[in-house]
Amino acid sequence: MSDTKLIVSSTPHVRSEDSIEKVMADVLVALAPATLASVYYFGFRAAFIILLCVAWCLIFEMMYERLAGKPYTIRDCSAAVTGVLLALNLPVTVPFWLPPVGAFVAIVIVKQLFGGLGQNFMNPALLARAFLQTSFTSDTVGWVAPVRSLIGASGPDAVSSATPLALLKEGVFTPQSADYLNALLGSVAGSMGETSSALIILGGLYLILRKVISWHIPVSYLGLFGLLSFIFGRQGLFTGLPLYEILTGGILLGALFMATDYATSPITPLGKIIMGLGCALLTFIIRTYGSYPEGVCYSILLMNLAVPLIDRLTKPRVFGTSGTSGPTVKEARS
Amino acid sequence: MALLDVFRLHTFIGGVHPHTEKERTNSKPIEVILPKLGAELIYPCSQHIGAPCEPLAAPGDRVLAGQKIAGSDAFVSAPVHASVSGVVKEIRDILTPSGTRCKGIVVENDGKHEQWPDLKPNPDFRSFSKEQIIGLIKEAGIVGMGGAGFPTHIKLNPPPDKKIEYCIVNAAECEPYLTNDHRLLLEETDRLITGLRIILSLHPGSKGIIGIETNKMDAIDILKKKCRDFPDITVMELMPKYPQGSEKQLIYACTGREVRSGTLPADSGCVVNNVDTVVAVERAVVRGRPLMRRVVTVTGGAVKRPGNYKVRLGMTYRDLMDAIDGFAEEPVKMISGGPMMGVSMFTLDVPIVKTSSAFLCFTEEEAVIPPERNCIRCGKCVSQCPMYLMPYMLNQSVIRGDLDAFCADGGLECMECGTCSYSCPAKRHLAQSIRAAKREVLAKRKK
Repeated sequence: MSDTKLIVSSTPHVRSEDSIEKVMADVLVALAPATLASVYYFGFRAAFIILLCVAWCLIFEMMYERLAGKPYTIRDCSAAVTGVLLALNLPVTVPFWLPPVGAFVAIVIVKQLFGGLGQNFMNPALLARAFLQTSFTSDTVGWVAPVRSLIGASGPDAVSSATPLALLKEGVFTPQSADYLNALLGSVAGSMGETSSALIILGGLYLILRKVISWHIPVSYLGLFGLLSFIFGRQGLFTGLPLYEILTGGILLGALFMATDYATSPITPLGKIIMGLGCALLTFIIRTYGSYPEGVCYSILLMNLAVPLIDRLTKPRVFGTSGTSGPTVKEARS
Repeated sequence: MALLDVFRLHTFIGGVHPHTEKERTNSKPIEVILPKLGAELIYPCSQHIGAPCEPLAAPGDRVLAGQKIAGSDAFVSAPVHASVSGVVKEIRDILTPSGTRCKGIVVENDGKHEQWPDLKPNPDFRSFSKEQIIGLIKEAGIVGMGGAGFPTHIKLNPPPDKKIEYCIVNAAECEPYLTNDHRLLLEETDRLITGLRIILSLHPGSKGIIGIETNKMDAIDILKKKCRDFPDITVMELMPKYPQGSEKQLIYACTGREVRSGTLPADSGCVVNNVDTVVAVERAVVRGRPLMRRVVTVTGGAVKRPGNYKVRLGMTYRDLMDAIDGFAEEPVKMISGGPMMGVSMFTLDVPIVKTSSAFLCFTEEEAVIPPERNCIRCGKCVSQCPMYLMPYMLNQSVIRGDLDAFCADGGLECMECGTCSYSCPAKRHLAQSIRAAKREVLAKRKK
């Protein structure tokens, strides 16, 4: 044999079969039930909005990478995930020019300008939603009731409707068991992704079982939020409705799919719990005492900013030492 | 069942479950390979950690199998013995499997396998003193055969203030592809147990633990049966996981003790020896034979006849491959050792040494390393690091050239097991960059 064509490289010489594609594909699979449900509940227009969001995210990712002379990364599916998440955060009534604006903010400004995949310091889809909501408020708060419902009567066409959280905030609404069922199945007004709680939970469980995400953020987020909303209820101490508060609004989508975003969440289990608790506290404060009915988006964005700090504070103890650090260069030299 | 195992089996924190690829060779009995008449055997003077040996034979001398041909007066060192009889052809600078160069003695095999007359068994070894046994082990040139190559007589003879409580046999064999220890456990069980009992006799009051992963159930059954009469030996079943065979991780798995940074296992009351090393101790003490051979797993998709071979030390990989029918196809990568920590080689003309546990020949498909991409911060490297480091963060410090941050985050504690690089979905060269930075820091220290 000739010894000329041998590969010589540093260890390890084998790699696992994990890949970015597989992680992102798992997220897309997990989002599929809730996404399909939104099409079922809100009709054909929902499918078109989702398609627009995904397509524009892919287009902007490609365009930016072409201009910047970087290798194309749309095949890693991360832009598609951002697109789906962006769509699920919007009401079905948004005008067709809004998805490209959101996609531009998410992909170009938040993700690519900071170095691309994994380098963004805020969740792209969430910041895009926050941007759209602040800049084009009237176009992005057209919450409508679903055109179809699994139980009870439903209107022939989308009608503008107050979200359950807005109703709670007005303080004139006490949910009945049918309202719980509606929240679980999805027959409530809201953005496309915050309707069917059951399907969001299903997707989240899939991600946890596939070990794409860990339980730490969702459990600490939902746990503390439930506790706080029960203790400091809207009608006085210990009168809260934690289950209804969790099943409505964007908190499930946020806790399972947004706050767990790798790039913008802490690395260690302890850090993740801190992130979840922080999100819960902020969401609770905004929802109960703030002027917005919903606070998930801003809570997660604010906690995103704290992630580098949390990471620094929650470094694991190094094996065989009592601290987080080994000898310094100076000590090593002596 | 696998779920319950988590609660029943001992293990360490972190680690990965790589494809073991052991099926190719784990049922192949050990086959003895003898060097051909006229073959050149190469004996590097440094096959261990410590002072290199000086040749004790000159070109033209006839040496016999088992004859000491290189030695040193230094405390930390291990002598080298000829494994065949023949004439010393030359003493020259040679290449070792780890890619370094050192002085080597080249012996041409005369095919007679004539033995050094001083080698004789010690039927009364049980009445030997501790010093006598340590002396036998030292003269036999035994070193840690799992890969580290630390002289065994020093490991077994710690300073008197360090009391050894556990003598652990490292039978984890957590590296994928490797089955040489597994076959030894099955085929030389009695010798292993005798070897372990000799080691236990050096440390009165200590307990023996054979740490073995449950992917070797046949070996566990035999060991348990044969250890029944020795209450001071425990066969400890471990959850199969890489890098369980790392000394510190094995000690943690078997005893729950965490070896402190900068200290030796003896400071935690433990001494760990690899399976082949323990068998070599038996051979040296009971049968008076020095370290002349070892078992090597030869495997990989490019090998025609994968198996476990008992090979004379000093034989070149080229002669070994010729003796076992060579390659099924042209290998694209050749590795001395396991796929996680072994060294890739660029030539077959290097000798098998005391620490060569395996020889892997990869096909193009096996050798593929995907391109590096952006870190997605999935945290796998952190949750799986057996030293509890943050490899992604160390990697960033290395890229920035910030060695102070690298050291502050414990970079020097990395043992280079490669778990992080293995499991990274973005295929980042984490362990590789950390290794490079460690070398840089240590080089600066020397200045």
